[in-house]
Amino acid sequence: MSQPAPPPVETEDLEWDLEIRASTGWFNLHLQDLWRYRDLLRMFVWRDFVAVYKQTILGPVWFFIQPLLTTATFTIIFSGVAKLSTDGLPPLLFYLAGTTPWNYFAAAITKTSNTFVTNANLFGKIYFPRLVTPLSAVISTLIQFGIQFLLLLGMLAWYLFQGVPIHPDWGGILLLTPLLILLLAGLGLGVGIIVSSLTTKYRDLTFLVNFGVQLAMYATPVVYPLSMVPSKYRFWLELNPMTSIIEAFRSLYLGVGTFSWSGLGYSSLVVLVVLSAGVVIFNRVEKSFMDTV
Amino acid sequence: MSRPVIHLEDISKLYRLGQVSTGTLAHDLNRWWHRVRGREDPYARIALDNDRTRKTSPGSAPSYAWALKNINFKVNQGDVVGIIGRNGAGKSTLLKILSRVTSPTSGRIRVKGRIASLLEVGTGFHQDLTGRENIYLNGAILGMGRREITRKLDAIVDFSGCAAYLDTPVKRYSSGMSVRLAFAVASHLDAEILVIDEVLAVGDGEFQKKCLGKMNDVASQGRTLLFVSHNMGLVSSLCKRAILLEEGGLRLDTGTSEAVLSYYTHGKGTPFHVRFDELNRRIGSNGGILLEGAVEDMSGKPCAEVDIRKPFQIRMRYRVEREASRAPFPNVHVTDNTGAYVFVSFPPGNEVGKTPGEYEAVCQIPGNLLNDGTYFIGLGLTFMDKGMQVAFLEKDALCVNLHDPLEETLDHERNGFSGTMPGTVRPSLDWQVRQQL
Repeated sequence: MSQPAPPPVETEDLEWDLEIRASTGWFNLHLQDLWRYRDLLRMFVWRDFVAVYKQTILGPVWFFIQPLLTTATFTIIFSGVAKLSTDGLPPLLFYLAGTTPWNYFAAAITKTSNTFVTNANLFGKIYFPRLVTPLSAVISTLIQFGIQFLLLLGMLAWYLFQGVPIHPDWGGILLLTPLLILLLAGLGLGVGIIVSSLTTKYRDLTFLVNFGVQLAMYATPVVYPLSMVPSKYRFWLELNPMTSIIEAFRSLYLGVGTFSWSGLGYSSLVVLVVLSAGVVIFNRVEKSFMDTV
Repeated sequence: MSRPVIHLEDISKLYRLGQVSTGTLAHDLNRWWHRVRGREDPYARIALDNDRTRKTSPGSAPSYAWALKNINFKVNQGDVVGIIGRNGAGKSTLLKILSRVTSPTSGRIRVKGRIASLLEVGTGFHQDLTGRENIYLNGAILGMGRREITRKLDAIVDFSGCAAYLDTPVKRYSSGMSVRLAFAVASHLDAEILVIDEVLAVGDGEFQKKCLGKMNDVASQGRTLLFVSHNMGLVSSLCKRAILLEEGGLRLDTGTSEAVLSYYTHGKGTPFHVRFDELNRRIGSNGGILLEGAVEDMSGKPCAEVDIRKPFQIRMRYRVEREASRAPFPNVHVTDNTGAYVFVSFPPGNEVGKTPGEYEAVCQIPGNLLNDGTYFIGLGLTFMDKGMQVAFLEKDALCVNLHDPLEETLDHERNGFSGTMPGTVRPSLDWQVRQQL
């Protein structure tokens, strides 16, 4: 007895793992792909960290020198020359507490805002979830932030040891620092990927990013306290989602500044909106950017 | 029964010609406005076919071109398919769409199983990192997990032959070495479907042989392979089926030999059997006309492909239109795919054809004479009664693909050597090997 022949395979009835088509809608985000490529994310973070300082003599020491020099400059110019208030705190500490989170935010934007243009070669040759690239940039920048953060803690300990009256909110620090970092990272990533998506076709924005970030620092209470701002500008300043984050950071670590739950709530909402919009736009662009970049 | 693992339906890709500049914004807005009103993309409608030789008139609106238009095909599991075509035929675009680097303008592709593409070897290599670090990095980019790479590390290092340089930054590697390392990583991918661009065109002979062996392995493991190349010899020896793209369209989807021949003859007719008397131009003057030509196996059946070990014959039919005191003789001109002459042959002391009428000549080419690859055959008829007079000489009238079935010849004829055998001919010669006492 011969076996009956298997029925002819009908293409339409088969299961398929992947469908490639022109446009899969705005919200088909393939976020599960991101999880599958988590090892790649880790490799990128590690590469960014290792590769930057290969063949430099001082290596990661550069992470210290950069913020130290910036803080020193601020101290001389804003405190020494312009005599801006530092809420009664030692200027060095005040500026360091402002620039540490700000630098992280700024670095996150600048490093992610050129994702498509600088990775065009890589993206043109192979597929992986493109979001891995900006995500890894934001995470590897965290290492730089960590070193500056240690610097801040060291400086704080030194001033406390000297008997300078500073009152850090230790409980708040432990509870809220991760949230603040998450907000910084989320906002930096969100703005960065929106910019990078828009620059694939129109390069104009790249010119804007660098000095835009610089200008934004002055629209955020980094080198001055919010308390010093005249009330007529205050509303506008508080619209800036970075304001309450920086202020919260300073009030936790140095005990002075305006800590406001409603401000942080507003910032979190903005971060959420910007980040989601960023992911959606980024996802939209990654499918066709090779044709325009 | 194997099932289809790749199914392309009506795949098209539109590209914009010219610079992306200020005009782009206007086009985008116009396109968006059409879309909002539910109209068709105004630029797709006027797009040109992919024919880059035709220049658009200066001053006309920036134009769009179809890099691919309405491509349909299926690939079954375990198929090894060659994709061939001239520069700009759309091969790379098709590869990019398949590897999800860019998306099609319309149509859809469905894929079953993990698909991995190698459009370039060493994508994402970081020059400052060591060989070992780059294996991990490159592997991760290709979609391998860290544990998977660790498990395969020894095999990868062994395959690349770079063990001694594993902890040296890749920038100190010779270009050949980094390519070997990169291919080693890529070839250890476990994907069910592999899409490979001409990455084999690099490395020395020994390494190419290794790569070829690896690709054969992939095929024999029942994995699916899509292979894009300009190297017709490689395509012939690796693939049973080939897809010929021409100006963005799918021209042929058949057996490899036919597609390869069609590639060489720009797709005009069946190049191994031509009825010249049915063409609208007359081939021949001075008393002789070419009627028909064919490449046939020994049973007289026209064929596109000949086993390299087997004899085949060239048959030509012609008409003699005048009396001649000395019979005109037919001649065949065999050239290789670079246009270099391999030989010319004609019947010695030919006595047939002194009176007008139709004649047929058959020339037998022995087996084990030509190398593998594509050969072109010119057909001619020459009178020698009143000085030399060429009635016709149709160059490249026919072509034939000589095929070396590696799976059969590898062990005996090739003594296990799987690489390319150089030369336009590969005669089987008498050898005597003995031990010196």
